[in-house]
Amino acid sequence: MAHEAEAVEAHAAAHEHAPQAFIWKYVFSKDHKVIGIQYYLAAMVMGLVAGLLAMLIRVQLGWPGGNFAGLGRLLPAGYDVSGGVGVMKPEFYAMLFTMHGTIMVFFVLSTAPVSGFGNLLIPLQAGARDMAFPFLNGLSFWTFLCGCVVILYSFFLESGAAAAGWTSYPPLSALRGAVPGSDWGQTFWIIGMVFFVASFTMGGLNFATTIINLRTRGLSLMRMSLTMWAMLLVAILGLLAFPALVAAVIMLLFDRHFGTSFFLPAGLVLTNIPLVGPDGRDLHQGGSPLLWQHLFWFLGHPEVYILMLPALGFTSDILSTFARKPIFGYKSMVLAMAAIGTLSFLVWGHHMFISGMNPYMGMAFAVFTILIAVPSAVKTFNWLATLWKSRIRFTTPMLWAMGVISLFISGGLSGIWLAQSAPDIQLHDTMFVAAHFHLIMAGAALFGVFAATSFWFPKMFGRMMNEPLGKLHFWFTFVTYYGTFFPMHYVGIAGQMRRIYDPYQYEFLKPLQPMNQFITVCAIILGASQLIFFVNFFWSAFKGKKASENPWEANGLEWTTASPPPHGNWPGDIPEVHRWPFEYSPAGLERDHVMQHEPAGVELPAGAATAPREGSH
Amino acid sequence: MSRLQGLLFALATVVLVAVSTYYFTRPWLPPLMSDRGRIDGSIWWSLLVTGIVFIITNLALAWLSWRYQEVPGAPRASHWHDDTRLEWSWTLATAAIMFVFMFHALGLWADINKEAPADAMTIEVTGQQFAWNVRYPGPDGMFGKTDHKLASVENPLGVDASDPAAKDDLRMLNNLVLVKDRPVRIQLRSVDVLHSFFLPNFRVKQDAVPGMTITIWFTPKELTNPEKVTEIACAEHCGLGHYRMRGFVHVVSAAEFDGKVAELAQ
Repeated sequence: MAHEAEAVEAHAAAHEHAPQAFIWKYVFSKDHKVIGIQYYLAAMVMGLVAGLLAMLIRVQLGWPGGNFAGLGRLLPAGYDVSGGVGVMKPEFYAMLFTMHGTIMVFFVLSTAPVSGFGNLLIPLQAGARDMAFPFLNGLSFWTFLCGCVVILYSFFLESGAAAAGWTSYPPLSALRGAVPGSDWGQTFWIIGMVFFVASFTMGGLNFATTIINLRTRGLSLMRMSLTMWAMLLVAILGLLAFPALVAAVIMLLFDRHFGTSFFLPAGLVLTNIPLVGPDGRDLHQGGSPLLWQHLFWFLGHPEVYILMLPALGFTSDILSTFARKPIFGYKSMVLAMAAIGTLSFLVWGHHMFISGMNPYMGMAFAVFTILIAVPSAVKTFNWLATLWKSRIRFTTPMLWAMGVISLFISGGLSGIWLAQSAPDIQLHDTMFVAAHFHLIMAGAALFGVFAATSFWFPKMFGRMMNEPLGKLHFWFTFVTYYGTFFPMHYVGIAGQMRRIYDPYQYEFLKPLQPMNQFITVCAIILGASQLIFFVNFFWSAFKGKKASENPWEANGLEWTTASPPPHGNWPGDIPEVHRWPFEYSPAGLERDHVMQHEPAGVELPAGAATAPREGSH
Repeated sequence: MSRLQGLLFALATVVLVAVSTYYFTRPWLPPLMSDRGRIDGSIWWSLLVTGIVFIITNLALAWLSWRYQEVPGAPRASHWHDDTRLEWSWTLATAAIMFVFMFHALGLWADINKEAPADAMTIEVTGQQFAWNVRYPGPDGMFGKTDHKLASVENPLGVDASDPAAKDDLRMLNNLVLVKDRPVRIQLRSVDVLHSFFLPNFRVKQDAVPGMTITIWFTPKELTNPEKVTEIACAEHCGLGHYRMRGFVHVVSAAEFDGKVAELAQ
């Protein structure tokens, strides 16, 4: 048969092309699995940095002005160490929250789930030998790494890294004297962003092309896992939204260095000195700071769903696997994700209700934002219905998936408060917003990554992660994550603003210090608990129990090949797909699952018609 | 082993519900001093509705995780995975609740953003790194012209002293004097970067944007206590002194107004 001949040929090609030299096999690799792991490890390093920044932020919010001589010796640039004490400098604090947000959003929580697991899983779940454009894929990783280096290098600039917030609102980010980080730090931030977006765009092209064109025989769109659906949507969101950010950062670069005025109006006065040239004319005129906000959030809001959708996909697939039950409402899950993705382009203005944008526009954005609650609720109800009459195996990945559901509920509901523009007047720019997005966007993405790591670890390293350590890590993280971020709702309602170096300068915030100290203690335990994960990850990667092909008794195509899969993914033919990946506990069968590649008809009870059920999943 | 994890997850969820419900029902909002009580109302309604959903969905999650663990003798999972009527029901029910929120939110937003009453007092507030410049137009009701090219340490707004309208203007720094029950129209500006004019007790927050004059209005409803401070805060990161861009609100009776303004004016 032509197909078989083709497969044999591809098989031979796969072996022929498998590079043997270390540098081509593991460093400048074009193999999607290696690239996925490279992305993952890079995100891990960046996550470590951003996490440490968060610890410093929390120490400052718990005990501002406290004497941290030890930290001062460690970070002499960030602390005022005169007189033997160590007090954090305000400009250092501004740099901390700016870089924490920037690195976490772009270089950790977009990278690990999307670029990391997207690369690892898309060809394996699609039944492809590799991504559509392997060279582009490798190039995308090295471009990303350049971005990481630029961002990390900016910490060592004399004036420090960027300090205008991760949103980099001009004029603060555009006027080089407005804050120390707006000197060269902001320029490095811009360059880092350009690298990041270029890399993400290459990745997105690969993702979309691979999913659309390289699915194996029988794998119709409506037979794809929800992870695949999430990756397809994320690729499209990224391709449509990120160009706006590149345009914006290049315009910002020009405003900063080449005298343009995209974001800068006339009439600026900095530290009581008018920004006027020697000829008496304004250095800038005609620009609008709000234009940046529109461009930034046109990316920024789809971006938070770029972080979240993969986590929602992982959660659905993992939940179904360990509930031993098909995902409830598959079609509505797909539609809900598509609806969330579509609506994400129509809601950016909810970040701008009180920005000075025309209030009529605020009304339109409020409407679309409130509407997002509907597909989100559908997903939650579908998950709960999946658990109904299930048979739950509480493995580590399942615990993380349950954690995502919990955080999705907690963080999603506060979104309804903020979506209504009027309560947002009081809650905007307070810790309430920090609580909201850390629970739903950051938390769901982070827990999703942990779920995916423990679930697909066999396909990364051919070994299992340690279960007791995994569970210990989950419990420490789950409890302290809530301990850290839930009380932020309260201090936020009480009015505590975000990005405040010392909240207790304000009388009305003084009573909140004990609550902030509680949050800090939880945050430090949360940070320390991640050591369990690092130990488990590296120990298991080298010394963990060897994994079989399908250790979780799951159904997807990735579980039909060796752990880890060889170069080319399947030693022989690529399997053909006969059903969706959610065929758990079909009636009348001894086994409780039927894999996607098994011949049609095996799930039917003995004696029933053996014709394949065309048109069904 | 499996039984322990399900039990722990259920217990953790129940504890989360109990503790968070207790804390959410405590009065966190700063005491209300303006006519914007409807914002508090919408926060309370949001709390009530989302709180009920939070409790129900979390208890369901806790119960399901405890009830359906794989333990010896547990029945095989059901193959049930679609129920069109059920799915439409919860979709439409959620949509209905959201529509109620939406219409309420839009109405309230429209009211807050409508024109200030004609008798409102006008005050100009200009943010700069890191202070709030407050100007009162004086008896002529007109602010003196400003030209940023005249700005200096003594004259941060660049007020043109030759403009007759500037003669009776009163200027103060980081203080705002309001009259109880008299609507106030704030014309908000910034000379350098973004700031956000936040009056926690008055449910007022508005970004100050260079190049724009943004008008908001509200009515103070309570006198401030002279023994305690009522604060103005900056809610938008504006540089390294952002945290100390703090000011004070004084709500006085109409009779005390002129005296208080004279006392604080520079």
